[in-house]
Amino acid sequence: MIQTRAIDVESIRRDFPIFTRKVNGKPLVYLDSAATSQKPDGVIESMNDYYRRYNANPHRGVYAISEEATAAYESARQKVATFIQAPSPKEIVFTRNVTEAINLVRYSWGRANVRAGDRILLTEMEHHSNLVPWQLLAREVGAQLDFLYIDDDGLLRLEDLDRKLEGARLVAFTHQSNTLGTINPVKAITQAAHRAGALVLVDGAQAVPHMAVNVADLGIDFYGFSGHKMCGPTGIGVLWARRALLEAMPPFMGGGDMIKRVRLQEATWNDLPWKFEAGTPSVAEGIGLGAAVDYLCGIGMDRVRAHERTLVEYALEKLQDVPGIRLYGPADSEIHGGAVSFSLPNVHPHDLATLVDREGIAIRAGHHCTQPLMERLGVPATSRASFYIYNRPAEVDQLVEAIEKAQKVFN
Amino acid sequence: MDDLYREQILDHYKNPHNFGELPDADITQEGDNPLCGDVVTLYLKLDDGKLGSVRFRGRGCAISQASASMLTDMIVGRPVSELKHFPTSDLLEELGIQISPARMKCATLSVNTLRVALNGGAAEVEDE
Repeated sequence: MIQTRAIDVESIRRDFPIFTRKVNGKPLVYLDSAATSQKPDGVIESMNDYYRRYNANPHRGVYAISEEATAAYESARQKVATFIQAPSPKEIVFTRNVTEAINLVRYSWGRANVRAGDRILLTEMEHHSNLVPWQLLAREVGAQLDFLYIDDDGLLRLEDLDRKLEGARLVAFTHQSNTLGTINPVKAITQAAHRAGALVLVDGAQAVPHMAVNVADLGIDFYGFSGHKMCGPTGIGVLWARRALLEAMPPFMGGGDMIKRVRLQEATWNDLPWKFEAGTPSVAEGIGLGAAVDYLCGIGMDRVRAHERTLVEYALEKLQDVPGIRLYGPADSEIHGGAVSFSLPNVHPHDLATLVDREGIAIRAGHHCTQPLMERLGVPATSRASFYIYNRPAEVDQLVEAIEKAQKVFN
Repeated sequence: MDDLYREQILDHYKNPHNFGELPDADITQEGDNPLCGDVVTLYLKLDDGKLGSVRFRGRGCAISQASASMLTDMIVGRPVSELKHFPTSDLLEELGIQISPARMKCATLSVNTLRVALNGGAAEVEDE
């Protein structure tokens, strides 16, 4: 691992106004960043600034504040392109979130390219957002779904990958599992998929906020992620796709902004990326996402990843001493991102989440939108603690104490 | 002791009343909360227009299972016509704790299942 200077958590925490509040009389311990991250001042202020100083509809106005809004929104697109090393900002399509990005590919590319009998290869660790759209497409066109399964360490079993790729048009999988924390071998799967003639879509919702991502180097075809998990606002997400694919794809939604010329019976489409952005976009949210990218770049993604790796190592070490606990996902922090799922023999995840909330600690309890994975693990739900740049190792200790306290209630 | 997990609720959770199955049940009804995986199955034996006996099986959080146990105590022996309209508020009162909106589905799983069981599979819409 590249040696990087550790981040200054205390200084970072001061950038996040939410950490001044208390929950149930206790300082907030926020361990649910895999669901959504907290927002730094800079992001909140960038959006306020837009609304206060230059709120206008971008792209068409020929007056000063509309031009300012256009410049700010398009500059956010450029920042995002640089952040994930996309060859061009024209390949950055703003969506509502990763779910919409995946559905865009389903409707636009999927309906035009996936035929009856074709295969779509997914994995059993997918979030519902990267499963249900493909179920809908498969039903619509008569395609078949197939799956890569996991082993007991929460890693994808790749031994029959080549066989499963026969007849596949698309392989869609998550970069990092939101439930297990597993970081998947994107490059290896992509190379095999391309050899078999399939395209590759990667759900980056849990990766882009937490590690340096280079879409060109990964070699993939489609990549999606959400702004709100990376210090940005809700309501803005990104689809990146190779330019040739986007050029060939039909529009997703029709309306204003996505057209070049409209007649009563027909229309022609705008250039990339606006061809896929019908209607007034989420301007403030786009600007907020740009500010979030600035903020993360100021820290450095290698340092973000190193910090989370330290937290995961510490959490796995501390949690495994809890009596009866079952930990899910890889034991090796090299391939385990900042989310740790676990279950206890005597305390249901919902009861645990309620009890630790009394101590001001926010964790997730439930199926994490991965019901097939819960079935594979043989549990209805798990508890999950997930980490980000503002979490301290001491918060892991607080969680472990609160878990032990909850166990006493139930013993 | 946390007020949400007061002694009575923990007792019902650890040692549920009327737990098990009725092999000769007239009505068997399963209810679940897919969102959290709580499951309750009610076994109802009717006797001359009344609920002669009741058992339940289930798994899930303490709130869902304790409330199911309490419900069975509350409904046994009562006229079916009455139980078809068993008010959720009666069960919540018996639970005696403040249930947050996020946990309401846990607390009401058993009574919703009862209503489905006695109304021929169709849940009655009830305003909370």
